[in-house]
Amino acid sequence: MPNMNSCLSYLARQLLRMIVIIAVVATLAFVLTATAPLDPVTAYLGFDRMQISPEQQQRIIQRWGLDQPPTVRFTTWAKNVIRGDLGDSLVYNEPVISVIQKRFAASLKLMALAWTLSGIIGFVLGVLAGTYQHSLLDNAVRMYAFVLASSPTFWIGMVLLAVFSVKLSWFPICCAGPMGVPPDAVSWAQRLHHLILPAATLSIIGVAQIALHTREKMIDVFMSDYALYARAMGESRLGIAWWHGLRNALLPAVTLQFASLGELFGGAVLAEQVFNYPGLGQATVEAGIRGDVPLLLGIALFSTIFVVTGNAIADLLYRLIDPRIRRGEGVA
Amino acid sequence: MNTQTIARQLPMPGIRFSLGTRRSRTLCLVIFCLTIFVGLFLWAWLVGENGLAVNFTQRNQPPSWDHPFGTDWLGRDMLVRTIKGLRISLGIGMAAALSSTVFALALGLAAATLGRHVDLVVTGMIDVVISTPHLVMLILISFSMGGGVVGIIMAVALSHWTRLARIVRAEIMQLKTADYVRLSRRLGRKPLWIARHHLLPNLLPQFLVGLILLFPHAIMHAAGLTFLGFGLPPHMPAIGVLLSEAMRHISTGYWWLAVAPGVALLFFVKLFDLLGGALRMLTAPKTSQE
Repeated sequence: MPNMNSCLSYLARQLLRMIVIIAVVATLAFVLTATAPLDPVTAYLGFDRMQISPEQQQRIIQRWGLDQPPTVRFTTWAKNVIRGDLGDSLVYNEPVISVIQKRFAASLKLMALAWTLSGIIGFVLGVLAGTYQHSLLDNAVRMYAFVLASSPTFWIGMVLLAVFSVKLSWFPICCAGPMGVPPDAVSWAQRLHHLILPAATLSIIGVAQIALHTREKMIDVFMSDYALYARAMGESRLGIAWWHGLRNALLPAVTLQFASLGELFGGAVLAEQVFNYPGLGQATVEAGIRGDVPLLLGIALFSTIFVVTGNAIADLLYRLIDPRIRRGEGVA
Repeated sequence: MNTQTIARQLPMPGIRFSLGTRRSRTLCLVIFCLTIFVGLFLWAWLVGENGLAVNFTQRNQPPSWDHPFGTDWLGRDMLVRTIKGLRISLGIGMAAALSSTVFALALGLAAATLGRHVDLVVTGMIDVVISTPHLVMLILISFSMGGGVVGIIMAVALSHWTRLARIVRAEIMQLKTADYVRLSRRLGRKPLWIARHHLLPNLLPQFLVGLILLFPHAIMHAAGLTFLGFGLPPHMPAIGVLLSEAMRHISTGYWWLAVAPGVALLFFVKLFDLLGGALRMLTAPKTSQE
C-alpha cells in the first residue's frame, strides 16, 4: 500500500463488503430456516411429543414467539443480533453465543493444527515436486493429489479410525478427552492424543491443493530467465529453489491457505462427526437435526464471518504480493 | 483451483504408452469411461435382488472369493449393495449436477446480457455463495427443504452454480466484443443468428464439461450430507447411506463395510474427473487439434 489514503479506502471498502455479505447471508439463512417444513416443537421434544397436551404445546409456541408472522420474528431477531444477542439454544439450553464460544474453542484447536500441518507439509512437497519435475517424487505427489483431492473427508476419517484406533489401538476412538474425565481436567498430552486423528483427516485432504499450487509456482520459477542465469552460474536446482523459489512460492501458498478456510470448516464438520469431537461442527449437525433454529442461525452467521475474514486476508495478501494489483492497474 | 485443474495437469494415467496422437488417446479415455458407466448400470440392473436377501448364516463375513466386499450384519453381499448404491448415487448426482448447470447457465447469461444492474445482482449472489462455508449452506438448504432427495438435489444445485456461472458470464462478455461477432453484427445478422452461430458453439462445450465436472462434487456432497443425517432415508441405500451404516459398525472391527464402498465411490468420482478433463481438451478450440 503506497499511501495512507488508498490503504484506508481499501480497508473501508473491504469492511463494507463484508458487512453487506454477512447481512445478506443472515437474511437468507433466516428465510431458509423459516420455510423449513419441520415442526420445531416436534423436533425439540422428539418422542416426548406424544405426552404433552395441546395447551402445553401452545405455551411453548408462544414462549418461542412462533405465533408471530415471520417478518415480525425476523425484525426482532435482527435487532437482537445487532445488539449481540443471538438468543438461546434449545438443544444445549444456554445462550447461543456461549455455545459457539465453547465449541469454537475446541474446533479452533483442531482446525489450527490441521491448517498448519497441511500448509507446511503441502508446501514442502510442492517445492520438492516442482524442483524435481518429472521425478519419481513429483509423480508420486501428483498422483497423491489427484486421488485425495476429491476423496470424501468423512470416509478418510473412517478409514483412519478403523486402522489406527480399532485395529492398532494407537489412538482413542472418540471425543476430545478420556471417558469420565471432566473437560477441564484433561491434560495437554491427552488433548493432543485425541486431536491427532481428526487433524490428520483434514490435513490428508488439505495437503493436495497446496502442494499442487506450490508445484506450479516452482515450475514457473524454473522457467524464468533468472533461474536460467543462476543455473549458468553453476547453482544447483535445490539452490535455486532455496534462493529464488521459496520467496516466490511462500506468499501465494499462505494466501491460498487463507482462502480455503471455508473448505476447512466444512471438513471439520464431517471430521468432528466421525470422531465424535465436541466442536462447532458437531453442534451444527445437532442443531440441524434437532431443529435448533437459533443455534443454526448463529452458526451460519459465525461461520460466514470466519470465511469472509479468511477471504479478506487472502485478498489483502494478494495485493501485497502483486505490485500490479497494489497499484490498482488490475490484471485481467 | 481444485480437481479440475488437477485433472488437467495429470497425464492420463495408464495410457501413457504410444497409442497415436494425444487426441486419439484422449478419445480412447472417453470411450473407456463411458463403457465403465454403462457397465455399472447394466450390472446393477442384471444382478437383480441376488445377494440382497437377509441371510443370518453369512453375517459379518470379511471379504472372500464368494463375497469380494464382505457381507454386512444382515448377511447381505456388500458388492451388490455397493453396485446398487453407486447407481442411486450417480442418479442423484446427475439430477443435482444438471439442475446446478442449468441454474449457472441461466444466471451467467442473464448477468452478461441483461445490463449492469442484473450483472451487479448476479455477481453479488456469487459473492454471497462463496462466502459461506459450503457445508453449512448445504445443511441450511437441506434443512429448509426437510431433507430427503429433493433437499440434497436442491442443496447441491444452489451451492455449486457459481463457478460455471462465472465462466459463462466471462465467456459471453468476451464474445460480445470479439471482432468476428461485431463484424457479424455490422453485416446485419440478427441477434438470434449470432447467438446460434457464434455464442452457442462456444458455450456448449463449457456447458457439457461443467456438467460432468460437477458430478463428483454432487455425489460427494450427497454422500456427506447423508452421512451427517440430512440426506437420504435408509430405504434408499445410496453410497452415503452405506457409509453411515458402516460408521455404526466400525468400532467393532468390521472395516470392510466402510473401505470397499468408499474406494468404489472414489473410483467413480475420479472417472468423472478424467472424463471431464478429456472432454474439455477435445472441445476447447486451443487444445482440440493437439
